[in-house]
Amino acid sequence: MSAFLEIRGLSARLAGTGQRLLRSVDISLPVGAVRGLVGESGAGKSMIGKAVLGVLPKAVEIMEGEILLDGQDLQKVKPAERRRLVGAKVALIPQDPLTALNPSRRIGPQITDRLVDILGWTKASAAKRALEVLAEVSIPEPERIMRLYPHELSGGMRQRILIASAFAAEPRLIVADEPTTALDVTVQKQILKLISALQSRHGTALLFVTHDLGVVSKVCDTLSVLYAGKVMEDTTVERFFAAPRHPYSKALLAATPRHTDPAASLLPVPQAVIDGAMAEVAAADAAWSAHGG
Amino acid sequence: MLDGRGSIRRRSGARLWLSGLWLALFVLAAVLAPLISPQDPLAQDLMLGRLPPAWMAGAEPGYWLGTDSLGRDVLSRIVYGAQVALVVALVAGTVTCAIGSALGLVAGFYRGWADRLIGRLVDIWMAFPPVLFAILLIAVLGTGLCSVILAIVIIDWTRFCRVVRAETLNQSKMDYVHSAKVAGFTRLRTLLAEILPNVLPTIVALLTLEMGIAVIVEAILSFVNLSISTDQPTWGGMIAEGRTSIYQAWWVLVFPLIALFLTVLSFAQFGEGLRERFDPVLR
Repeated sequence: MSAFLEIRGLSARLAGTGQRLLRSVDISLPVGAVRGLVGESGAGKSMIGKAVLGVLPKAVEIMEGEILLDGQDLQKVKPAERRRLVGAKVALIPQDPLTALNPSRRIGPQITDRLVDILGWTKASAAKRALEVLAEVSIPEPERIMRLYPHELSGGMRQRILIASAFAAEPRLIVADEPTTALDVTVQKQILKLISALQSRHGTALLFVTHDLGVVSKVCDTLSVLYAGKVMEDTTVERFFAAPRHPYSKALLAATPRHTDPAASLLPVPQAVIDGAMAEVAAADAAWSAHGG
Repeated sequence: MLDGRGSIRRRSGARLWLSGLWLALFVLAAVLAPLISPQDPLAQDLMLGRLPPAWMAGAEPGYWLGTDSLGRDVLSRIVYGAQVALVVALVAGTVTCAIGSALGLVAGFYRGWADRLIGRLVDIWMAFPPVLFAILLIAVLGTGLCSVILAIVIIDWTRFCRVVRAETLNQSKMDYVHSAKVAGFTRLRTLLAEILPNVLPTIVALLTLEMGIAVIVEAILSFVNLSISTDQPTWGGMIAEGRTSIYQAWWVLVFPLIALFLTVLSFAQFGEGLRERFDPVLR
């Protein structure tokens, strides 16, 4: 199976201090597959999503590496061309549904604008499509909802709308950046189910950024465990939950709450494991410097 | 929740109504001045000098708010004075708003060298004391309505620029701007279609405030006799003239002052009321 998204040796740093943010990251995502990016805050998981979408903060500088989208290296195309490519093939499900919809515009145009202005659909077909996807995410009375402002809807409704909006243009890849973190636990589960269902029905590849291993087990096929911008383990979900190989992965898994054995869960990641991971990172940096980077 | 919304609406309702009523009166007076003013605002009659308002002893019929020391009717002069105030408020307010907001949007959204350049310019501008700056400008530009308007624009654009820049900066950090970028929209389209509608309520509130300020600045310039020619009555000019006879004829000073006060207050209240009514986030 050919990869739709292929990241090879991606390294990035902060322009000012030179601090490394990503360390030679390799990630491969086949057409229609779901990969979880997990790690603690600051591990660089969101950074990878942003690099793919081309919305890295100005202070972040990509040092080397390739981001191949459908075989095309995004690092080598002009910014306008890149914006067009990504706009047509990739969509984002953002983290915070409360600020991801424009508060002073109605819902309808926020879904259809992109179809009309970027992808050249007619207004009528865009409106029809918007109604379809809204119905697909189980929004009642989509015609009425399209005329409302975001503040008239609940957080869960807004996240559904954002999911509908992401799927509206039939993208080949969706980057979901912690899409359930800002929601109530009860709503989280529904939203996850919804994303999963839509993903498999549309055959969209999904890059799922999260710190929640429970979410990964429900949604993803494969996962990459990140620490300090380095991929510690790249494996399938079954293998990871059965027997994580890397000590850091094991510790991360042990730190996750479980219903079956509450006493054994919620362990902090042991210092020795962190030291080990840091040593690996330092070794990688040394090797990188030695080869002349 | 329902109570809170209701009370906001009621308050802004009364506010909009009262200030709107005064502003409507103000506009009508300016437009219909030749038809409604009881006397010729320029006609002097020393025999009728310093007549008190109609309800005081010694008043003459037809001179409702009394006369000044040259025998000119105060009410008619206030009505004609509204003309200058209205033109200055509308033209100076709008032009100032357009220039300041455009620069603020550019600085706040594009950042970089544009932001640094505009920011320095604002810093330098703000270091001048505004009234002295205005007087200096008029001295260079010469007196007249156009000069007054130009002076207001040159002085006050920074007010819009600073506030709009800050608000644009705030909005630019929101996820919806981020999403627009991912979707492939151009920067200009994102600025005009996504950010501007969110900054607009602030701009409208500032615009009405600025209209009030423009009226005050014009009055200040009239007060120091640097506004427009003396055969067009202005509120500032009336206040300046009334000052000299405040102990003998207080009405010459007090009535134009009240007109000025109510107009400036109404502009500010009207803007705030509009913002509360039309901002979808507040609503």
